[in-house]
Amino acid sequence: MTVRVQHEDFDTGAEITRMRLSRPDIGAVVAFVGQVRDMNEGSQIATMTLEHYPGMTEKSLQAIMDEAHARWDVMEALVIHRIGALKPTDQIVLVLVASAHRGEAFAACEFMMDYLKTQAPFWKKENTLDGERWVDARESDDKARERWKLQEESI
Amino acid sequence: MLKLLYFARLREALGVSGETLELPATVQSVSQLMAWLAARGGVWQAQFDGCHQIRAAVNQELVADSASIKPGDEVAFFPPVTGG
Repeated sequence: MTVRVQHEDFDTGAEITRMRLSRPDIGAVVAFVGQVRDMNEGSQIATMTLEHYPGMTEKSLQAIMDEAHARWDVMEALVIHRIGALKPTDQIVLVLVASAHRGEAFAACEFMMDYLKTQAPFWKKENTLDGERWVDARESDDKARERWKLQEESI
Repeated sequence: MLKLLYFARLREALGVSGETLELPATVQSVSQLMAWLAARGGVWQAQFDGCHQIRAAVNQELVADSASIKPGDEVAFFPPVTGG
């Protein structure tokens, strides 16, 4: 279970291989990669800057990972989130989850991304041709996270 | 003493990333602290008057506005998060 918050890019293929080979009882590795889009809400993105809350960011990512571990049979998990200045097509985030079977890994990966989006203290600022602007939080992200709560309550 | 931190849009609007202050005896919760900060007037009032969505963390844990605070705590205010 590893959390990394870093300026540097990451090698998704190498991370998958490392996780896959770390245990022979792993049967599935699911990866989510987030990348910077070139357009957002009608504006061309030149660069994007990721701000975070050092200390709390790592703690919250660890807590999200622990929660996924408590809910599903997760064998290994990794979250890498980049900070600082990024440009379109740059990778922003990687979430890897390994399990014996795909179902657990798919669910845990999606859960972790939905929680990361709404709980982890990161903020995006876009530099567009029209100037700088902070990205607004999306209601759809809150709804995505709510699904997991409803599922919990229905048990 | 209380350590206060501000992030992102809020940090830029206030023009300060953090401060250390002596907690007034009447301020015992996050919402009371927000009201106390708003009473500074100007940009503080504009940001903490309840019109802007502001999230709070106490000692690096997300909390509701009703959460209590005490001397020695680290309290952070920031807009809804937008990572990922």
